[in-house]
Amino acid sequence: MVNQEDRIIIRTENVNFYYGEFQALTDVSMAFETNRVTALIGPSGCGKSTLLRLLNRMNDLIDGCRVEGRILFEGRNIYEPDVDPVEVRRRIGMVFQKPNPFPKSIFNNITYGPRLAGVSGKADLEALVERSLRQAVLWDEVKDILGQSAMMLSGGQQQRLCIARALAMKPDILLMDEPTSALDPISTAKIEELIEELKKTYTIIIVTHNMQQAARVSDFTGFFYLGKMIEFNVTEKIFTKPDMKQTEDYITGRFG
Amino acid sequence: MTTTAIRYRYIKQTVFFGLVRLSAFILALALGGILAYIIVHGISALSWEFVTQPPREAMTKGGIMPAIVGTFYLTVGAIAVGLPLGIVSAVYLTEYARQGPVIRVIRIGINCLAGVPSVVFGLFGLGFFVVMLKFGSSILAGSLTLGFLILPTIIGASEEALKSVPQTFREASLALGVSKWQTILRIVLPTALPGILTGSILGLGRAAGETAPIMFTAAAFFTAKLPTSVFDEVMALPYHIYVLATAGTNIEETRPLQYGTVLVLILLVLGIDLVAILIRATIRRRKKW
Repeated sequence: MVNQEDRIIIRTENVNFYYGEFQALTDVSMAFETNRVTALIGPSGCGKSTLLRLLNRMNDLIDGCRVEGRILFEGRNIYEPDVDPVEVRRRIGMVFQKPNPFPKSIFNNITYGPRLAGVSGKADLEALVERSLRQAVLWDEVKDILGQSAMMLSGGQQQRLCIARALAMKPDILLMDEPTSALDPISTAKIEELIEELKKTYTIIIVTHNMQQAARVSDFTGFFYLGKMIEFNVTEKIFTKPDMKQTEDYITGRFG
Repeated sequence: MTTTAIRYRYIKQTVFFGLVRLSAFILALALGGILAYIIVHGISALSWEFVTQPPREAMTKGGIMPAIVGTFYLTVGAIAVGLPLGIVSAVYLTEYARQGPVIRVIRIGINCLAGVPSVVFGLFGLGFFVVMLKFGSSILAGSLTLGFLILPTIIGASEEALKSVPQTFREASLALGVSKWQTILRIVLPTALPGILTGSILGLGRAAGETAPIMFTAAAFFTAKLPTSVFDEVMALPYHIYVLATAGTNIEETRPLQYGTVLVLILLVLGIDLVAILIRATIRRRKKW
């Protein structure tokens, strides 16, 4: 076992996942440590994004899919019939590949989730907006234009707004699905710095196509290939002395 | 390639473009022709008195105010019936329903409804609302009938508008731990609403001009008094035109009144369409996704 058992916040046990007849994940068991960044890497179609979306039950939205195995979040299987996926998603936030702010003001983008979760009161909401935007290192850029549409922001700013929006729900885990793939290098660098800062408070699981990014930001790395978790270890180990031949071939750029 | 081949291709292209241009021209000509004809014949009948006074002397003189008011009530009633029902149906079809035989049958039903002749709606309204539910010939029965008539249009427009809401908006909301119902209510519907309204208003223009659905369910041959409740009969523009042109006391003498009424109805329908076009233009300018 790679991780320290008492620091595990979420784990998958023998997870299989099917889109109709197609098996997208085969027997994936891995554990994620709290307040750490775990990167999931691998070639396109290897199942890394599928696994990420299983962790907050976003795959529920797809017709005709099926999950086997268990995903334990704080010891409880989130696929038990009596678990409400809405509750799971409140505790496990997500940032997507393409920035997807709502066509609302910056302020209302942040307060949308918390309001529906019951946070009210102008002062509370304002404090929440400031706190979330500061955490996402966007406050200084937008503090004077909170009433303007989020659609006016640049792509990099929009993505940080989406991070702030997820943080406003005060989740325990933040899932990031290739959060910088649609951004320019400067915005990417800002998000990477941000991840470094956020792991003090949150557990982060990030899917990335960019191996340098995985090496820079993550503490642990899992390598996926054809729906299987090939190797999961401390990032430094994966990128210097991987145990598996396939991992080595991928990170040295022999395929992918 | 030889010069002749190039020339041949060029000729083909010119002919083809010419045909395309011609068909567009014919279309514009047809619309322009109808409009011009009606304006020429009807403009003399238009006056302040015409739109503010009830008909007089066995409808050979006076105005058409009760018919304007009646059409207004019927149209508002139709939208009050059709819009909520249509939007809810479209939400069900696009957001909740799982594709399967039941949904296919419902879709076929909606398409058939769109193809049903309007006189059939009229007879249905007569049998069901007027007689069976005992609403009598009234604004209520007429509005319900017209509401069902424009339902397929509203469902169609709403489905298109709902489908054009980016999937990423839904995902973003659900990922924040917001329920599906709240996501639809707070994100999907507000984003789709302008599109829904545009399509529905265009459908409304059609409802305002229909004669057959209201002739058995709502329209009065003549009534000078304005309605005081939804159970009152009303005059309506399309039916008034029909009456003046076929059953009036003196068809020749009321000719200017007929054209005047047609002109008012056309202006009303075009006005409604104009509102839809303006809404759409405003959205296009603001749309950023």
